[in-house]
Amino acid sequence: MKELIARHGIGKPVTGEALVAHDGFSARYDLDRIGGTFSRPTHKLAGQSYVGKILVLDTTKGGVASAWMLREMASRGIIPLALVFNTVNPILAQGAAFGNVTMLAGFDDDITAQVPNGSRVEIDPATRTLRLL
Amino acid sequence: MKLTEEERAMLAGALGKVPQIAIEHQIQVGDFLHAEDFVPVTQAHIMADTESLGEEGVRWLESLALEDGGNARVRVPTITDPRGTDFAKTSVLKQPERFLELERRTITAFRKLGVSMTDTCINYQTIQAPTRGESVAFGDTGVVIYSNSICGARSNYEGGPSALSAGLTGRTPRYGFHLDAQRRATIRIRTDWTPKSLNEWGALGGLIGQLAGNYWAVPVVEGLEGSPGSDAMKHFGAAMASFGSIALFHLVGITPEAVRIEDCGGEHLPVSHRIGEADVRALAAQYGGDSDIDVVVFSAPQLSLYELRTLAGLCEGRKFSKPLLAMTSPQVKPDSDRFGYTERIESAGGHVMSGMCFYQSYAREIAEANGWKKLATNSTKLVNILGGYGYKPMLASMERCVEAAEKGRLA
Repeated sequence: MKELIARHGIGKPVTGEALVAHDGFSARYDLDRIGGTFSRPTHKLAGQSYVGKILVLDTTKGGVASAWMLREMASRGIIPLALVFNTVNPILAQGAAFGNVTMLAGFDDDITAQVPNGSRVEIDPATRTLRLL
Repeated sequence: MKLTEEERAMLAGALGKVPQIAIEHQIQVGDFLHAEDFVPVTQAHIMADTESLGEEGVRWLESLALEDGGNARVRVPTITDPRGTDFAKTSVLKQPERFLELERRTITAFRKLGVSMTDTCINYQTIQAPTRGESVAFGDTGVVIYSNSICGARSNYEGGPSALSAGLTGRTPRYGFHLDAQRRATIRIRTDWTPKSLNEWGALGGLIGQLAGNYWAVPVVEGLEGSPGSDAMKHFGAAMASFGSIALFHLVGITPEAVRIEDCGGEHLPVSHRIGEADVRALAAQYGGDSDIDVVVFSAPQLSLYELRTLAGLCEGRKFSKPLLAMTSPQVKPDSDRFGYTERIESAGGHVMSGMCFYQSYAREIAEANGWKKLATNSTKLVNILGGYGYKPMLASMERCVEAAEKGRLA
């Protein structure tokens, strides 16, 4: 079982399917938050559903809206199961804290190259560990 | 995090439930980002459009305002980013009533908490610019990058819940751009081309944002000529923040922490990118086209008085065949009215809107209600955002956009 350790972790442990791309993330810029899909035409996950998936992406992009939006998305159940980033801006940290969303960030090697798309993954924020099952 | 006696009292609830909720949130964020302690802040600025909050966020805000007998108040001046509408212009935008009701409820809750509804993303031009070294808790990425880079102030991106928490506690976790080490340049970029128009400044900022790539990167840029004004830096910074999530840049010889490149540590970095006019044009061309348009929007950031003056001059003697929307702050709008700019823009068929920003106003829903898809603007930040909302955004100078509103086509 392969384990990858992050520098930052928040939220409760989860297990689920990874949706992976070397691309950015912004709840406002990239998502159709009603339909639960990536809506920015140029995003590598355009058209794909993020609902219930462990999103593994490069970095966070854009603005501050995600700090509110994650909680709003969680209230409707149209939200990723967890977020995993190579690097994260404070907005996603604030949004994860406000919305009770599981998140890991900060890896020595490119996490989007380490986790195969569609693989089953376990996230343990307390030990800041991502396990490939 | 190391806490002072007062912070421990807040955390224990001795100062009330609301400060307790606020500091608990701040400690969660501070722990995640390995902050050692808190830093006092002098001002907070909250992004809280109701498209972002939704019903859930508005309910949370209302419940917070009712805690402590409804007597909780912010401890430092706390102001707001643009709202999701201009209540005097809702018929133009055709926003559904249920969204407007969310706006009213949000405004009521913020007022109960002592928040000043300034409704502006250009507070550094209109309310009070922070000074060098001043620690603040600002929301809106454009506000943060301008305050850090042009003013030399210290702020991270503070999302709505965190900015409100900072207002309620008078402090914020000390990480990121509150620390000297984080303010040093990490990527060195050289350009041989200095933009002239605001859309060109925005495109250059967007390109640098793309190259720098993430929040913790600090670009230092060499080669710009002259002294760009506040509006140029506003568009440059807003686009850089939008494209790259960047919160601080240095311009050698221009910005206060890079009078010399040595001041920000840039002399030790190799030049990683050389940018010319062709590179900037290539980015702008992604939002180009010789095409029919549905609407022209000037927003993101809100327009300064000088931008409205220029726009009013361009509107002189024209009659628009397509809607033209110009969005400014409630502080600028009365002067625009007094100086006749609003009348000149609206006589041509445009609309000057106050206290809102286009992309924070339920952009998807108003596109559907008005049949808007092809949108022309001089804001590089706006074109970057609106693709995800289903628009075909086109970037052009203010002059070409005004002409497009008249002729219905961006030439």
